Amino acid sequence: MSNKQMHPLIQWIDYRLPIFSFMEHELHEYPTPKNLNYWWNFGSLAGIVLVIMLVTGIVLAMHYTAHVDYAFDSVERIMRDVNYGWLMRYIHMNGGSMFFIVVYIHMFRGLYYGSYQAPRELLWILGVFILLAMMATAFMGYVLPWGQMSFWGATVITNLFSAIPWVGDSIVTLLWGGFSVDNPTLNRFFSLHYLMPFVIVGLVFVHLWALHMHKSNNPLGIDAKTDQDCIPFHPYYTVKDMFGLGVFLIFFAYFVFFAPNFFGEPDNYIPANPLQTPPHIVPEWYFLPYYAILRAFTADFFLYSYTPIAWIMTAKLAGVISMFASILLLLLMPWLDGSKVKSSKFRPVYRMFFWIFFIDCIVLGVVGGKPPEGMWIYIGQATTTYYFIHLLIVVPIVSRLERPKTPPESISAAVTQQAEG
Amino acid sequence: MRNNMKRLMKTTIAALALFGAAAFASTPAQAAGDTPKPPKQSWSFSGMFGTFDRAAAQRGLQVYREVCSGCHSLRLVHFRQLAGIGYKEDQIKAIAAEVDVQDGPNDEGEMFERKGLPADRFPSPFENDKAAAAANNGKAPPDLSLMTKARFNGPDYLHALITGFAEAPSGVEVPDGGNYNTYFPGHIIAMAPPLADDGVEYQDGTKATVGQMAKDVTTFLSWAAEPELEERKSMGIKVLLFLIFFTGLLFAVKRKIWEDVH
Repeated sequence: MSNKQMHPLIQWIDYRLPIFSFMEHELHEYPTPKNLNYWWNFGSLAGIVLVIMLVTGIVLAMHYTAHVDYAFDSVERIMRDVNYGWLMRYIHMNGGSMFFIVVYIHMFRGLYYGSYQAPRELLWILGVFILLAMMATAFMGYVLPWGQMSFWGATVITNLFSAIPWVGDSIVTLLWGGFSVDNPTLNRFFSLHYLMPFVIVGLVFVHLWALHMHKSNNPLGIDAKTDQDCIPFHPYYTVKDMFGLGVFLIFFAYFVFFAPNFFGEPDNYIPANPLQTPPHIVPEWYFLPYYAILRAFTADFFLYSYTPIAWIMTAKLAGVISMFASILLLLLMPWLDGSKVKSSKFRPVYRMFFWIFFIDCIVLGVVGGKPPEGMWIYIGQATTTYYFIHLLIVVPIVSRLERPKTPPESISAAVTQQAEG
Repeated sequence: MRNNMKRLMKTTIAALALFGAAAFASTPAQAAGDTPKPPKQSWSFSGMFGTFDRAAAQRGLQVYREVCSGCHSLRLVHFRQLAGIGYKEDQIKAIAAEVDVQDGPNDEGEMFERKGLPADRFPSPFENDKAAAAANNGKAPPDLSLMTKARFNGPDYLHALITGFAEAPSGVEVPDGGNYNTYFPGHIIAMAPPLADDGVEYQDGTKATVGQMAKDVTTFLSWAAEPELEERKSMGIKVLLFLIFFTGLLFAVKRKIWEDVH
């Protein structure tokens, strides 16, 4: 669509504010590698889930009461008396899980195909920031229904900050707005839970900006060189994304309508009771791997007791730092990985380790959901150790020693080859 | 170098496989623990097309009102919602009118008693949690509005619990005011066996065995916890059918559009 084809009014606006050319350029013409597979659907899916969360969340906020005496009942009022309130709430509740499923797949995709490598380092880093913002949002959102898990989850997680030397206790008091998790805590969490999604929107915008600068990576991990390698985003990827969205919505809808509490904890249907601790305090599933890392650091964990870490900090602090480090280390992926070739397709040894790392993360998640006793402690400590070994030792060494296979000359050459062979 | 790396890889994979196997092997032991898993029952409301058996739910309401409501509140449920298990408006009015509700203050500033209305909630047996605790050995009987959602496999658990009272096995000491229950975590529960055969005289003539009453009251309480269930499932079927059709269409469009891309 050139300027000539525009409606005069659109032309008038576009001359002054080139929003239509911008959209034309970024969403229609936008050249995209033609060999993207279905793992590349998850970025747009994440964006759509974000919008779904915003819309349902805004509606829920109209009916929710952020007060310790009314929060639980106001959620139940939404479930029972507000027209389609149960639908809004179940979409929002399961949407949180869907958001993390989609984003985790999106990130593993990036890790597998080396999408974080130059020149997309900032794109990746912004993505990690989005994950952190999502985690903060999800954590505070889970507190709002003010059930038993809300309350005790909030208590356990905010208490982590007390491990920080000197200022820890003051930070916890500041987070709580008092001396225990109470009404001020609920109020500020509600306020911040409403704010953070807009921070995420901002980050997503910059993430997309960085994406459009150097365009999508692709399964071959080689740069698109000629017009032959690319196709316009619209209609090819709009229709492919729509189809992917359909499949995803079937999955999403199944949980919303037929297993709405599958991802939740039954304990959160018991109103918060500060005098009664539930037998097992577990965070939502998407936090379980980090929770396992946090709990791996006991006084006799060899990574703690046999290393200088034990001289300078408590096991609790080491656990807290490791938990945050497990995510923050991802920021360094572009530099930890020294390979000249991006895609794991051409890096068989690295590919093996990628899958081991993937399994390690899954096992960490399983461990995070178990009570810290018996065998689970050791499995958690072994998988925690391996998590850091992978990022700090395996990735730097393997990526520098492995001699990768030679990727094809160009995307179109590879595609033609595939078609012939 | 290559060989070394391969060996390292193999060792790591073996170690992880071992851990994985260990994880799965120890799962049943963990889950079984001390308390047995409640036996699976068949419920009218389970499955994608499940609906509440109206007659069972109505009998369950009778069990709740005549037995459970002496100690347990149902504070999130309104009488008007009983339309959801098949009661007509005049029936609901009559059921609500059987309770006295405190209302007010009126124009003179006085609180007053009146007959219950459909817009009222089920009355709670105690003034407040403290009163409930004081009357029950220091621990308030839990509210039942969300009971089946607040436990793993809620309906099965609830059914198993109210039918699960038994003689304590030898060696287990049951303290005063406690009762032995097979399915209660820790086994010692303050609640006495609530049901006895013919403890209720069913209006529809169904024989009131303990098993029958347990099923009925569980059906009723499952409805009380998820009154939206039927609407949710019937909407879900429509949504899924539409999505499957629409996604199939999108797949065809996608194939058509991508035909020429090589």
